[in-house]
Amino acid sequence: MSAPPAAQTSRAPGAAFIFKKALISALVALVLFSLMIGVRTEAGPQGQLIYWTRFGDLAAMVATVFGGSIVFELLRQWWGPVGTIRVVPPAVQSTLSLAGRLIAPVLLVFTFLVPVIFYNERYILDLGILVLTYVMLGWGLNVVVGLAGLLDLGYVAFYAVGAYSYALLATNFGLSFWICLPLAGILAAFWGVLLGFPVLRLRGDYLAIVTLAFGEIIRLVLLNWQSVTGGPNGVTGIPRPTLFGIPLSAGDDGLAAILGIEYSPTHRIVFLFYIILALALLTNWVTIRLRRLPIGRAWEALREDEVACRALGINTTTTKLTAFATGAMFGGFAGAFFATRQGFISPESFTFHESALVLAIVVLGGMGSQLGVALAALAMIGGFELFRGLDQYRMLVFGMAMVLLMIWRPRGLIGHRAPTVFLKHNQAISSDLVKEGHG
Amino acid sequence: MDYFAQQLINGLVLGSIYGLIAIGYTMVYGIVGMINFAHGDIFMIGGFIALITFLILVSFGLTAVPLILLIVLLVSMAITALYGWTVERIAYRPLRHSFRLAPMLSAIGMSFVLTNFSQVAQGARVKPVPPIITGGYTLHEGAEGFVVQLSNVQIIVVITTVVLLALFTWLVSSTRLGRDMRACEQDQTMASLLGVDVDRTISMTFVIGAALAAVAGMMYLLYYGLVDFFMGFVAGIKAFTAAVLGGIGSLPGAMLGGLLIGLIETLWSAYFSVEYKDVAAFSILIVVLIFLPTGLLGRPEVEKV
Repeated sequence: MSAPPAAQTSRAPGAAFIFKKALISALVALVLFSLMIGVRTEAGPQGQLIYWTRFGDLAAMVATVFGGSIVFELLRQWWGPVGTIRVVPPAVQSTLSLAGRLIAPVLLVFTFLVPVIFYNERYILDLGILVLTYVMLGWGLNVVVGLAGLLDLGYVAFYAVGAYSYALLATNFGLSFWICLPLAGILAAFWGVLLGFPVLRLRGDYLAIVTLAFGEIIRLVLLNWQSVTGGPNGVTGIPRPTLFGIPLSAGDDGLAAILGIEYSPTHRIVFLFYIILALALLTNWVTIRLRRLPIGRAWEALREDEVACRALGINTTTTKLTAFATGAMFGGFAGAFFATRQGFISPESFTFHESALVLAIVVLGGMGSQLGVALAALAMIGGFELFRGLDQYRMLVFGMAMVLLMIWRPRGLIGHRAPTVFLKHNQAISSDLVKEGHG
Repeated sequence: MDYFAQQLINGLVLGSIYGLIAIGYTMVYGIVGMINFAHGDIFMIGGFIALITFLILVSFGLTAVPLILLIVLLVSMAITALYGWTVERIAYRPLRHSFRLAPMLSAIGMSFVLTNFSQVAQGARVKPVPPIITGGYTLHEGAEGFVVQLSNVQIIVVITTVVLLALFTWLVSSTRLGRDMRACEQDQTMASLLGVDVDRTISMTFVIGAALAAVAGMMYLLYYGLVDFFMGFVAGIKAFTAAVLGGIGSLPGAMLGGLLIGLIETLWSAYFSVEYKDVAAFSILIVVLIFLPTGLLGRPEVEKV
């Protein structure tokens, strides 16, 4: 809101205060960890539980909390109160705004060049495909959450519908990826409408729990309907995409043989990379175009104020349903791509964890901001991969990062928004002014 | 008929456990207006602490079962309550006046942290315990030899739930803290102007919710005889479903929703299929919300322009 009074900023707490705070933190940590870390339980050889103590680990943890608390307090003093308005010199400001305008085209060009630069680094290409898949999912969910303000905790359901649509159509009927892709999108959109109908009257957290329940229902049906979906074993042998009917394989009819170049498995990875890049850009382009159409404006109006929306004669039913359907369709595309990339899918890939991750990308990106979503996907997925070495601590660190990022930037990485409609002059507005919607 | 009676008993016991967790959700929702996604994991932590305390007490040679149960209950409630307090302090308080989705995501993050913390600290394997309370009563012996049984564990679960519910209703309706909580629920700014310590009241809400979740965790341990690090997710979602079904923000609603979800799940597994019991619970939630958008006992939200 406003800057805190000056008296508050000038009174820095002394060493005794910091010490006391750290001591309390350490005490709390001691109680919290006393049993969970101090004692380790495990099923013994005869099946009954045995336990042993780990007081060394406990002491180390408590000491870490004590030290961490002191460092944290010192950092906080150095940084000053949260509400302080920091004055940025005009030169830096103009550089920043230039960087802000350049970042999107530079990123785009870089993304196009990734397969060229990192042609021999399979790992980076795979990671790039993964990041782009999440960028696409984030942009898709952004339509529902960021634009229409409808909180969807079950987005993974549409991802699953798309993936299974392609997998089942391809393995049972031999349809190609390019025929199935629109079909997967249509089927996912159909499910989006199906979910949309019962939730039309629901608001806020009721909507959240119903979408969550919907996501779980889809996953449980996929898991238990063994005769069709293969249950926990999933669907295997999903065909790879072809380039106008030419497979990217090592055989005589493969692309490499036709072009007369040496076959390399990297060709397919690069091909997949450009497919997902195209799909993601399509999502972005459609979203940007839709925002300028009456339907996009209706979404944003719905997010800002549903009652006013209805008073102005906007049909909230169709507005909500189109938002669900559009978001779901992009989720379906992404799912079909996921299936063809993996060649194998099982219900395990479509847990609530995925929904939460995509939602985190959207919110962290600053809801409604296309660039922010892309950056957030890069940060989250890339960061998650960086922590691969941490092994079992990875999710722990990931969860903590999520909490800290939300505390640091509750409004997301991109804090400013270009308005869709303006009167005289276009001026970026703070995202604090953008409503998050009630639905 | 006997089979049905037996399933009814089982369903009510399961429902009591869900109800206890659901109260934590509904209280936090009522006062702060956020879904506390970490609550299911608080329940799991409660189960783990009960298990560890139990093991330590047994290895010290304590044999009096009522005494063991009492100590386990108190220790697990106390430590889990501190978990609830810490989670609120770290992840939710800085986001108190932020926009709606920020605390929810921070809660999801906290849920990941707690799940994986207990996985790292206690291992990923399921922890079984031998039955602590044995025996029971035969209520009715049917003609085909089917016996309706009420085990002692089930009696303890139901009695504990009823006692806690009574205690809790008294706390909310007739104590200073309960009045503060209701005041904060209505209008935090006004409550703080009238001398209510809002921060402290919200902290206490989390503490009480976590303590009830710890009781639920201990009951789960007694009833099923096992805990694992992932049990918080499913139980949490079911309990949240229960809270929404009953009308979020309403305490009797949470208990009613818990009982309903428990009954639906048990009866569906008994008569139709075990695999689809969760699908049944979630579908009924969706159906109920179509006709009663604010749950069974929820107050309709007044829309202000």
